[in-house]
Amino acid sequence: MIALLTRDLKLAMRAGGGFGLGLAFFLIVVTLVPFGVGPQSELLAKIAPGILWLGALLACLLSLDRIFALDWEDGSLDLLATSPLPMEGIVTVKALAHWLTTGLPLVLAAPLFGLLLSLPPAGYGPLVLSLLLGTPALSVIGTFGAALTVGLKRGGLLLSLLVLPLYVPTLIFGAEMARRGVEGLETTTPLLMLAGITCGTIALLPFASAAVLKVNLR
Amino acid sequence: MSLNSLWEYANPKKFIQTTEKVLPLFSVLAVVCLVVGLIWGFFFTPDDYRQGSTVKIIYLHVPAALMAINAWLMMLVTSLIWIVRRHHVSALAARAAAPVGAVMTVIALATGAIWGEPMWGTWWAWDPRLTSFLILFLFYLGYIALWEAIENDDTAADLTSILCLVGSVFALLSRYAVNFWNQGLHQGASLSLDKEENVADVFYFPLLVCIAGFVLLFIAMVLLRTRTEIRARRMRALLARERMG
Amino acid sequence: MMPDLGKYAEAVLSSYAVSLALLIVLVWLSLRRSAKVAKQLEDVEQKARRHG
Repeated sequence: MIALLTRDLKLAMRAGGGFGLGLAFFLIVVTLVPFGVGPQSELLAKIAPGILWLGALLACLLSLDRIFALDWEDGSLDLLATSPLPMEGIVTVKALAHWLTTGLPLVLAAPLFGLLLSLPPAGYGPLVLSLLLGTPALSVIGTFGAALTVGLKRGGLLLSLLVLPLYVPTLIFGAEMARRGVEGLETTTPLLMLAGITCGTIALLPFASAAVLKVNLR
Repeated sequence: MSLNSLWEYANPKKFIQTTEKVLPLFSVLAVVCLVVGLIWGFFFTPDDYRQGSTVKIIYLHVPAALMAINAWLMMLVTSLIWIVRRHHVSALAARAAAPVGAVMTVIALATGAIWGEPMWGTWWAWDPRLTSFLILFLFYLGYIALWEAIENDDTAADLTSILCLVGSVFALLSRYAVNFWNQGLHQGASLSLDKEENVADVFYFPLLVCIAGFVLLFIAMVLLRTRTEIRARRMRALLARERMG
Repeated sequence: MMPDLGKYAEAVLSSYAVSLALLIVLVWLSLRRSAKVAKQLEDVEQKARRHG
């Protein structure tokens, strides 16, 4: 499985792998927001935690179809299915690769983008921590969605429709945690809920994703 | 009726035969209950001292909201039955119920929003209950869209049933998350007539009749639409066989 | 005959109008699709009987 992970990471890093695209998209969204809502830093500071979370979420969303698409097209997914690796392990590795190449870079880039949106100083820590805790859930949930739509030719929009409602709890608790951090309030409750959701999805959703892939590979 | 004999109706042909006789009954009962309930509630109940004549909206809002949830629960059960026992009628019934549930959700949302306008002064308020229903509507849309997107019937049934399962867990999770998210704003001021404990008798009985009407309407619609799905599936199978020569 | 809905008349009437309209559209579309599919199935079954 480590081999699978390194292979996916190498693929993502290559020229057509889309590694920087998530970050670029995040940047674009953050740049567009002040054009949409006006440049007053007071307003931006207020909505910064939410916008940063939304930007990260959307950037994750856009890279989801890559999780299985390439392997599906050239038949390697069939090969993986017949290998001795359990399908649950395969989807978990795929989700991990997605997080390492999309989620984690977003977490690391968030403080810089926070700067652009006048995020108050108290907010940086909780924001980064909330993204760190939440983005793995986004990858795991996204992997489930990608598995559902893997066989479809233009499944991108359907993928978004399926995955975005599933993202709601993570978004609510993640953004709430970031907002409370900005205001200096206690962040324990949303933090625990966020961590709980992430752990729960990592533990359970791979089973559903594996079942879905097996159906699609029939 | 013993539990074993219930499985007999899982046979598509038997289902069509039985529903042939049963569907008209449910349809008539549904119309009767709806007409009686709505006319009773609209014309023959007083205004609420707090909410004025808008209380009359409960006769649509509450039953629709109840059915929006119950439709999804029924889809969950039938999806599980498909996964475990592979009865095609079960999978098709879930597919049939989804648009009905979605319409119920829209009715709940529309009446909720319209009710909210005079109460809160705004057309849409991110009240936890309304927000949860909006999310539920998105789940319905995704489920319906997935059925439409997949060509192979069995694959579609499998994928949508797993989606229903996972979606149910997240829908429940979202409910709690949304309550948490909006707890600071409209404390206790949500549409409290949703809970029967706050409903006076004079409103309660016509409400019950309306709820019964919506339930019967749901059943009638699902029976009708499942028959359509069974026939459509049979037609696709026959056409596929033709193509193979 | 019509109850005095007071200042909420618009709200109440539009809720009823929207809800009933949605229900009617749902029922009508379902009935229409049911009839269409039933007829299509009959046609296909007839063809199958003739060829088979």
